[in-house]
Amino acid sequence: MKVLVATKRVVDSNVRVRVKADGSGVELANVKMSINPFDEIALEEAVRLREAGVATEVIAVSCGAAACKETLRTALALGADRGILVECDEELQPLAVAKLIRVLAQKEKVELIILGKQAIDDDSNQVAQLVAGLLGWPQATFASKLGISAGKATVTREIDGGLETLELNLPAVVSADLRLNTPRYATLPNIIKAKKKPLETMSPEALGVDVAPRLKLLKMTDPPKRQAGTKLASAAELVDRLKNEAKVI
Amino acid sequence: MTVLVIAEHDNRNLNGATLNSVSAAMKLCSEIHILVAGHHSRTVAEQAAQVAGVAKVRWADCEHYGHSLAENLAPLVVELAGGYSHILVPATSTGKNLAPRVAAVLDVAPLSEVISIESADTFVRTIYAGNVLATVQSADAIKVITVRSTGFDAAASHGGSALIEAVEAAAKDDSARFVSRELTRSERPELSAARRVISGGRGMGSADNFRLLEQIADKLGAAVGASRAAVDAGYVTNSYQVGQTGKIIAPELYIAVGISGAVQHLAGMKDSKVIVAINKDEEAPIFQVADYGLVGDLFQVLPELSRELDKCGPSRGEERT
Repeated sequence: MKVLVATKRVVDSNVRVRVKADGSGVELANVKMSINPFDEIALEEAVRLREAGVATEVIAVSCGAAACKETLRTALALGADRGILVECDEELQPLAVAKLIRVLAQKEKVELIILGKQAIDDDSNQVAQLVAGLLGWPQATFASKLGISAGKATVTREIDGGLETLELNLPAVVSADLRLNTPRYATLPNIIKAKKKPLETMSPEALGVDVAPRLKLLKMTDPPKRQAGTKLASAAELVDRLKNEAKVI
Repeated sequence: MTVLVIAEHDNRNLNGATLNSVSAAMKLCSEIHILVAGHHSRTVAEQAAQVAGVAKVRWADCEHYGHSLAENLAPLVVELAGGYSHILVPATSTGKNLAPRVAAVLDVAPLSEVISIESADTFVRTIYAGNVLATVQSADAIKVITVRSTGFDAAASHGGSALIEAVEAAAKDDSARFVSRELTRSERPELSAARRVISGGRGMGSADNFRLLEQIADKLGAAVGASRAAVDAGYVTNSYQVGQTGKIIAPELYIAVGISGAVQHLAGMKDSKVIVAINKDEEAPIFQVADYGLVGDLFQVLPELSRELDKCGPSRGEERT
């Protein structure tokens, strides 16, 4: 069974993003970029399936500028067998990425697609569901546990009220939540080995996908700032303020 | 322009988040329909018909809608979509699971977690864990949107008298099957709907220590929440998590205890009306957003707080409506 994982290059989660003065986007010059943390979890799950003998091959895909090769090298160092970069300098929105993944999944005849549940830059939380919808495959989003046996995936999902377990026929799409696993670190020997693993580059045109954006960004702005309030000396004072000043208790 | 709101429910009661989506729909048009798809869900359809501002309830009742699986709901929504300019879905775990699947089949770009509607085609949503607001315009014929409840007041649950129209179920998709659901049981208000919330972080130290928060929650009529660190450490289950990837809430009062205030946590609670932070580290970022801060050891502060709340009269635990 082949497994496809997508890895997005995003602003590192520790970076404090700044909106550009003209509101056209966020400042990306000299900003640390990383593999989207949820994609790292998705990749770890796929690699564990291969190590357990359930999966035969883990293919890592990244869609975006040439710099996404770095992201793919990281994915290869973390255990993916080969990488595919769909190179595109234009902005790629979730629907476009989902269409690229659909074509690659069909071309590679994968039976399982594991994606991060959301990217920490645009926070859309859409691609897995879009891919499943485009392919007509079953989906299990926000997965915290995944088991594969006899052509079926049993997935526990984190839902608002607790947990839900579903059984999906394969092929299927799964999106990884935080507690699916704890990703490993790339070791130096694996980073070196990753340089020799195959990494293919293709274009959206070659895959026959129209990636034109559907949503137009009009502007980006800072959200209203909260001001730091008052430090209080005691619980008694807190209760007094909440009752008589804020009037919330 | 007619807008379809997808009801969130458990086949017995309409989930409150639906009311916020109805209120978002009111910003778009005057004709609002609600789709109730469930199994043995008549009471939900009846509740939906009473929501103020709703013109019609479209009710699809069939066994394969009983567990709100996207594989079955999406084809139904797609069949109905042609008659609508916008499809609004509450940004709950069920809604977020469903909306993009619908959009994929319609070949439109979905909009996630919209917090404000500027016009029929222009919407505001948060990105980068709530640190940036993006105003985006959609050119698609049908806009598929998930609505963040904190961005819109709830519509009145009574006062409407919509027509209930039965809708034929779409074909069953058997590729995904429901196995089981383990829901966190609690006598306290639901986290996403509570007016007061007290949350604990890694500083709580153990699952047992969460009882200290529960005692105060009961005195305040509050829900209990947690930071990701507390959930990852196994102190409480995932249903408690407040933050970028957990629940996004805006109660009247939010008390953060032993939570340092990572941006990912702030993304889930910074729109609360009043924020209180209790933390022993006076440099903790949570104090930068807190209206009231108490620097101190939570194991001393919480019992004191509990005693002070006991002193200040019996009205405190009542939920205002």
